[in-house]
Amino acid sequence: MTVLERARHAVWLFKGVMGENAYQAYLDHHAATHESEPPMTEKAFWRDKTDRQDANPEGRCC
Amino acid sequence: MSEHRNNHGQAGRTPADRDGQDADVLVQDPDLPPTALDPAIAEAEEGRWTPAKIALWVGIALLGGFSWTMLALVRGETVNAIWFVFAAVCTYFIAYRFYSKFIERKLLQPDDRRATPAEYKADGKDYAATDRRVLYGHHFAAIAGAGPLVGPVLAAQMGYLPGTLWIIFGVIAAGAVQDYLVMFFSMRRGGRSLGQMAREELGLIGGTAALIATLAIMIIIVAILALVVVNALGESPWGVFSVAMTIPIALFMGVYLRYLRPGKVTEVSIIGFVLLMLAIIAGGWIGETEWGVAIFGLDRVAIAWGIIIYGFIAAVLPVWLLLAPRDYLSTFMKIGTIVMLAVAIIITRPEISVPAVSEFASRSDGPVVPGTLFPFLFVTIACGALSGFHALIASGTTPKMIQKERQTRFIGYGGMLMESFVAIMALVAALSIDRGIYFAMNSSMAATGGTIEGAVAFVNGLGLAGVNLTPEMLSQLANNVGEESIVSRTGGAPTLAVGIAQIMQSFIGGSGMMAFWYHFAIMFEALFILTAVDAGTRVARFMLQDSIGNFIPKFRDTSWRTGAWICTAIMVAGWGAILIMGVTDPLGGINTLFPLFGIANQLLAAIALAVCMAICARKGAFKYLWIPALPLAFAAVVTISASFLKIFSPVPSVGYWANHFAFRDALAAGEQSFGAAASVEAMEAVVRNTFIQGVLSIVFVTLALIVITTAVVASVKAYRNGGGPNTEDKAVPSRIYAPSGLIATPAEKDLEKQWDALPAAQKPARTGH
Repeated sequence: MTVLERARHAVWLFKGVMGENAYQAYLDHHAATHESEPPMTEKAFWRDKTDRQDANPEGRCC
Repeated sequence: MSEHRNNHGQAGRTPADRDGQDADVLVQDPDLPPTALDPAIAEAEEGRWTPAKIALWVGIALLGGFSWTMLALVRGETVNAIWFVFAAVCTYFIAYRFYSKFIERKLLQPDDRRATPAEYKADGKDYAATDRRVLYGHHFAAIAGAGPLVGPVLAAQMGYLPGTLWIIFGVIAAGAVQDYLVMFFSMRRGGRSLGQMAREELGLIGGTAALIATLAIMIIIVAILALVVVNALGESPWGVFSVAMTIPIALFMGVYLRYLRPGKVTEVSIIGFVLLMLAIIAGGWIGETEWGVAIFGLDRVAIAWGIIIYGFIAAVLPVWLLLAPRDYLSTFMKIGTIVMLAVAIIITRPEISVPAVSEFASRSDGPVVPGTLFPFLFVTIACGALSGFHALIASGTTPKMIQKERQTRFIGYGGMLMESFVAIMALVAALSIDRGIYFAMNSSMAATGGTIEGAVAFVNGLGLAGVNLTPEMLSQLANNVGEESIVSRTGGAPTLAVGIAQIMQSFIGGSGMMAFWYHFAIMFEALFILTAVDAGTRVARFMLQDSIGNFIPKFRDTSWRTGAWICTAIMVAGWGAILIMGVTDPLGGINTLFPLFGIANQLLAAIALAVCMAICARKGAFKYLWIPALPLAFAAVVTISASFLKIFSPVPSVGYWANHFAFRDALAAGEQSFGAAASVEAMEAVVRNTFIQGVLSIVFVTLALIVITTAVVASVKAYRNGGGPNTEDKAVPSRIYAPSGLIATPAEKDLEKQWDALPAAQKPARTGH
């Protein structure tokens, strides 16, 4: 692995841990399942994500 | 029921036989590469001990053994912090490689041919297969908070060795086992929560007791975490300003993510981080001004009320506005600071002059937390060694995102090892400060009177070897960290902040930067805790709504605003009352309440392990039942004996009721002051507080005993029947592949290549690069 690749991997990992790749994961899932309706836009997806958290809170530990 | 048992739990069945019956379901798709590594290849790869591999493990074992010798046996003037790091890391590696592998092979037997909930329930949202390395980070960020930073600091009063031993050996035999087992069992059940699993495995009584215990424990944990923040911020205009600024910063981030640039999480976190640093620097200027002191120099009671009001508002506001952005900020800070601290400790390698086992290990009158080493060391350090709260995270959120079954070992067991390492670093940071200063900061106001003179007299009067505290040391340190006073800053967070500031200033910035690093550390602990307060209140509110919903169905509807507000108010009132009680406690606060925090957390661990034991028994895995039963027995003995001491001990500093009656008798005798209480009002407060604490102890231990008893009954019943009903979801064949550990083995890499070579059209959905 070159230095550049390593750096890219680190950035990818960090963004993943922060949760930034959630939309991409959703798009991948949508594309793979060939749902007939078009996927949510990025804005709509993130809106939906936090709104779902309103109804399903996630614990944070001590 | 009996039919069910015939299907799944015939006498003498081993788990392997049981898995064998899924073989007809788990058929490999001939068009796809294998979805699991061939067991024979995996076995050969693991079992092949090349000279290089042997040398590596012998090296790790030797380094670990040498480090333990330096810590436990060599008695020099000082001991270097690097030995803590090596002893911990080497022990973790060995435990991970050998013990967690043993649990995987003998007890859990994950099967990569089976699809995980992330695959068979995939919705691209909650159920989304996530790269193992990313999920490790996610899971770690969810489990690690202020707990592992606080407990070890308080336990440092007993010397460095008891805490170190418990953190390292506790995690490998108990804490990591609990996390791994709960995560695996939840994953096999579609990501069910601990409460749901308890209900299924233990029946109505055990399940209900587990639910009530969880709710009560969440209240006490949120209250005591909030108390830690209050104690760190009291009379500190700098701290109050910078922590208060996190609210507008989070609001800004929330609006930014909602309306300006949705999804740019890292970007907004960096912006938030920069603003946070500015808030810390600005806090230093504002703390110097007269108006700054007038506005932000709040007393502890005012700050406690501020947190209570904040907690209520944060829990009813929409998640996107405050909670989600605060969580991003907290995750960002968590990862950054922990990495930074590890690097700083390894580079600066501070010398530690605290004795291995101190005077207070065998005495019950320790000023930081009362009680002898057994059982109170094991409840003072909960997070980092064994934390029941993790069971709530390890069931639910994380299992819905696991890609492959065999990854649970890395994420569950390995994730907890990382938290344990954080606890070791916190311990090292606390141990690196002068022992006299440590006791001056951590003895309650009742002991020191809150003045430098009082603290010096009290600490020097303890008669500790090598402690000679001078007033200059305390005023100099307070000056260096930019605080009015550091006397009786109990709760662990300020002590850790001083430790971190000392380590960091010798790494970056010198003594001129010490005040910055101190407030940086306070900020990052406060950030974790306030995130936990928000999230805890919200989760507790939903649990309460669900429980009340059994009687008044309307409460089940979580979008019903009135119901949400009522339940939030009840939860906030619950922890708020305990918080105010702790802040105004004439006897101190942290020293009286912290044992309850640890006991509550360990009782939750006992509940989680009891559920795991019942599941293992119903699986028919009696030969390896000791894997959950041993830590369960230990947690049960520790917490029940600690609870009994808190209830029945005749020593007033230890027993809540002994104190309660002593103060009540004094009041009845018409005395105007008694012990640390200088007035009749204070005496009445002690009577009231000890009553509440005593009642809580009784409630916790009763609930835990019910849960453990029902689990033992379920296990014995399963033993008599040779197993029990299978509560797992049906096996579904997997259609994806990913390696199991942090680094893919050569065989795993080969298999990965086969999957990469698959034409895009044939490839099942996958996340990752």
